[in-house]
Amino acid sequence: MGHTAGTHDAHAVHEAPQSFIRKYIFSYDHKVIGIQYWFLALTAVFVGMALSLYMRLRLAWPSAHFPLLGSGPMTPETYLSLLTMHGTIMVFFVLTTAPQGGFGNYALPIQIGAADMAFPFLNMMSFWVTFVAFAVMVSAFFVTGGAPLGGWTAYPPLSALGAITGPGEGTGMTLWIISIALFCVGALLGALNFIATTIDLRTKGMSLMRMPLTVWAWFITAILGLLAFGVLLAGGILLLMDRLAGTSFFIPGGLVVSEQVMVSHSGGSPLLWQHLFWFFGHPEVYIAILPGMGAASQILSVFSRKPIFGYRAMVYAMLSIGILGFLVWGHHMFISGMSPYSAMAFSVMTLSIGVPSAIKTFNWIGTMWGGKIRFTAPMLYAIGFVSLFVSGGLSGIFLGQPSLDLYLHDTYFVVGHFHLVMGVAAIFGMFAGTTYWFPKMFGRMMHEGLGKLHFWITFPGVYAIFMPMHYLGIAGHMRRYADTTGVNYLAALQPVHVFITVAAIITISAQLLFVINIFWSMFKGPKATENPWEATTLEWTVPSPPPHDNFGGKMPVVYHGAYEYSVPGAAKDYVMQTSPEAVPHSGH
Amino acid sequence: MADTAARNEPQLYIGGGGGGVRERDFGDYGGSGLPPGTARRVYRTGMWMALVAISMLFVAFTSAYVVRSGLSDDWQPLALPPLVWWNTLALLLSSFTMEQTRRALTEGQRTACNRWILATVVLGTVFVAGQLLVWRTLVSRGIYVATNPSSSFFYLLTGAHGLHLLGGLIALLYVALEAWRYRLGPAKRTLVEVTALYWHFMDGLWVYLLLLVWLWR
Amino acid sequence: MALMLALAITAITLISMYFFAYGPWWFPPFISEYGAAYDKQFMLTLIITGIIFFFAQLGLAYAVFRYRGQREGKVHYSHGNNALEVLWTSAAAVLFIGLVFWGQNIWVRAHLRPADPGSMRVEVWGQQFTWYIRYPGADGKFGRTKPELMKESIGQPLGIDPDDPAGKDDIVATVLAVPVNREVEVILHSKDVIHSFFVPELRLKQDAVPGLENRLHFTPSKIGRYEMPCAELCGLGHYQMRTFLDVKTDADFEQWLRDQAAP
Repeated sequence: MGHTAGTHDAHAVHEAPQSFIRKYIFSYDHKVIGIQYWFLALTAVFVGMALSLYMRLRLAWPSAHFPLLGSGPMTPETYLSLLTMHGTIMVFFVLTTAPQGGFGNYALPIQIGAADMAFPFLNMMSFWVTFVAFAVMVSAFFVTGGAPLGGWTAYPPLSALGAITGPGEGTGMTLWIISIALFCVGALLGALNFIATTIDLRTKGMSLMRMPLTVWAWFITAILGLLAFGVLLAGGILLLMDRLAGTSFFIPGGLVVSEQVMVSHSGGSPLLWQHLFWFFGHPEVYIAILPGMGAASQILSVFSRKPIFGYRAMVYAMLSIGILGFLVWGHHMFISGMSPYSAMAFSVMTLSIGVPSAIKTFNWIGTMWGGKIRFTAPMLYAIGFVSLFVSGGLSGIFLGQPSLDLYLHDTYFVVGHFHLVMGVAAIFGMFAGTTYWFPKMFGRMMHEGLGKLHFWITFPGVYAIFMPMHYLGIAGHMRRYADTTGVNYLAALQPVHVFITVAAIITISAQLLFVINIFWSMFKGPKATENPWEATTLEWTVPSPPPHDNFGGKMPVVYHGAYEYSVPGAAKDYVMQTSPEAVPHSGH
Repeated sequence: MADTAARNEPQLYIGGGGGGVRERDFGDYGGSGLPPGTARRVYRTGMWMALVAISMLFVAFTSAYVVRSGLSDDWQPLALPPLVWWNTLALLLSSFTMEQTRRALTEGQRTACNRWILATVVLGTVFVAGQLLVWRTLVSRGIYVATNPSSSFFYLLTGAHGLHLLGGLIALLYVALEAWRYRLGPAKRTLVEVTALYWHFMDGLWVYLLLLVWLWR
Repeated sequence: MALMLALAITAITLISMYFFAYGPWWFPPFISEYGAAYDKQFMLTLIITGIIFFFAQLGLAYAVFRYRGQREGKVHYSHGNNALEVLWTSAAAVLFIGLVFWGQNIWVRAHLRPADPGSMRVEVWGQQFTWYIRYPGADGKFGRTKPELMKESIGQPLGIDPDDPAGKDDIVATVLAVPVNREVEVILHSKDVIHSFFVPELRLKQDAVPGLENRLHFTPSKIGRYEMPCAELCGLGHYQMRTFLDVKTDADFEQWLRDQAAP
């Protein structure tokens, strides 16, 4: 039945390129592009982590001397540059790049049974634009004044007036904006590609409600990106004009910096930037975390040998998180001087996001409940993801209330919150994704022992780093402080900083294990079979790694949803999506 | 959930199951092996998504415009040079000629098609040249980018629109070239359709922007 | 592995909760009318999220241990449970939305209710990287300021226009001194970039945004000197931009004001 659809001859489109450059550098193949994105993110995450290590060192021992930073203790402006670049690189080039551009690019077309993305050339372009954006961003370190110091949110007027407000706010800041604008273009190209692919290139039988939750997550993420990045791009253009063309979109009149009157500007509004930025910035949080949610759902089901609990509820939860994500940007601005009435509206919307998030958590635990859990490395990371998501999400219940924000805003409580929920939870999603798809991507298994060792250091490690930050916030510690010497009551908190830094040194060192594991396994790992995890989705029906056009010209036909595990009466404890085998209560 | 089960049957043939539809597949042939209509659908979806992204850019500019104009008393209404109306007329006409191109192509009237596409390119070029003249008029009146927020926005909006329109013009030129080399059979319908979609959108976007800067002064 | 992971999750949960409950790092005692309500709302949120935190993490730990692969018995084949789903969703909705409405009263008092007409008005000016405080003087009016006159080097940080009679008796200080038990309305200004007014003991924070006049009002109830650090990144000296809120008796405050006025 229906096998005729599987006989299309797709070779005419997908002859594999022979030359090295076309095959590995300027490749159109979504798998190569996915791996390129993934390597870019891997590079970026190590740059970002190195920056955070330096920050932590200064916070713990403000007067110490550090290698690579010249003589003497680290200056506060260097600290702020590290902080700005750490945030920017992590948010844009890691959290946005790896989960979507990396895993999404690699796995989405295979999981829906397509030979490639809808627009392979655009796909290649979006990677290379992102790559150039990263190069421009890093180059900000090497110009006069160094990297910008205004934080990843780049609030004007600090970001708009030029070097007079601080070193790094000159050329460095200009490069920052250009890099972000390029990144927006790359992200938009990627997003439209993902959407067109998911809508139009699903194979026979792959109805929307049979798609793996990973595909739903990438699809919704792409929609968020499509709607959000254009707004950031607009903001970036306006900011660049304020800096270079002398306009006054964000710069009010009568500013005096170092006794110099900024005569050429008048009438602009710093809050306008905040609105544009956070209209992008809040959905961005979900752009970072949704793919992690998808991967965690997938992996929890596979290794619990049990169907996902409440598939439809999971889909609707992600959709409502996506929609609500656009209605809550004001909660970043409660104390900015925005209308107090709109603050109340934003807070109700914000707390509403807790509802779909709670559904997801409940369903993840429900998926494991009654299963037979296999503790592989990807499963450990996925369980870690759930734990971290709960911990980081719950502190959002505090910050979403304008009343409590009156004290907690811009304290370490916020830093702890978003690092847990959007930072390390998403990173654990990437660990999970890497270990899960690695056999498919490189045809070899990762070293389980090394993976587990890495998990056992990293999981408690990140808690030891970010949980104490909540206590700092409660004690009134402002964020973005280069050290605690300027304010008396912060002195008592210094031991907490030392503790966090020690935890960070250990945890960051442990990340080398992960890299060693990657490179060792890439060349020396045991060969992977087609379906090492005994999973049901389409990427596990093709060789590891898959051929250039994924399915060798034979398009698969799909008969079930993606979560048929432990089906009563079935031959094995899983039923492939492509298997015509009968399933008694096939949900979707 | 169980009651919605589609049992064992493959469900409706929604997707195409292909992927990697390249430019050369712009005509639904090209031996791609995809089910008929896939390339067309993919390109249309892609274009619509691109238009959504572009819309968000201009939505953001619009909200900035509205907020900024209401902010302070330094906002001075910009007197539009009358030439903008002639430019608008040229652009509206170009949308009409684009439609005629499409119709002629479907009906297989090649000569007519070639003439209409040429007219569209000419009108598009006239619009771009006209917009540059509008800028020169403003400059000659001493109105620069940083003169007033209203002029900043005018340059920004016309510039951003102009850049997007230039992209469309390049696509049009390509279509016209193909047309005049008689390589534009009905097979290239998708290329023409997608280009037309973009061009009409640029037209509509311009009308919208013009109304914005004209009515919301 | 299962036992270890379950224990690790449990340990992390309990240690985290211990420090929230008994940790040495906590809010300083409050000194404003918002303090009691704030601390109550914080505790309420902490208890609710604490319960959810405890049960979610322990549920996860239990599932990890109870359903480890080696166990006897079959996997329960199920695609979910709609009744449970609805129950969970409505419980979360009621809790979270209820919480946000419950806590709005602090926000309403701080931001929707204007300051009493009889309150003392003070301007707080931020600049890289100091605070200046301006008192209106006997006439109760602030004089005009001019950016081009703002020169700290000649002792005119706020550039008060000498031609404006209202500015003649204005007093500019570097510490925010206020009398105890009298409502103060703070009008926030910034000369350059965004700064933020924050006194932990007041449980209040508000950005000082250039071009805007953000306002706050509070009644300090306890005499003392409280630190007032900048809470919005304003440049390289951000971490040292600090002054004090000095709550004095009426008599001390009047004396202090006279001392400030005398050159």
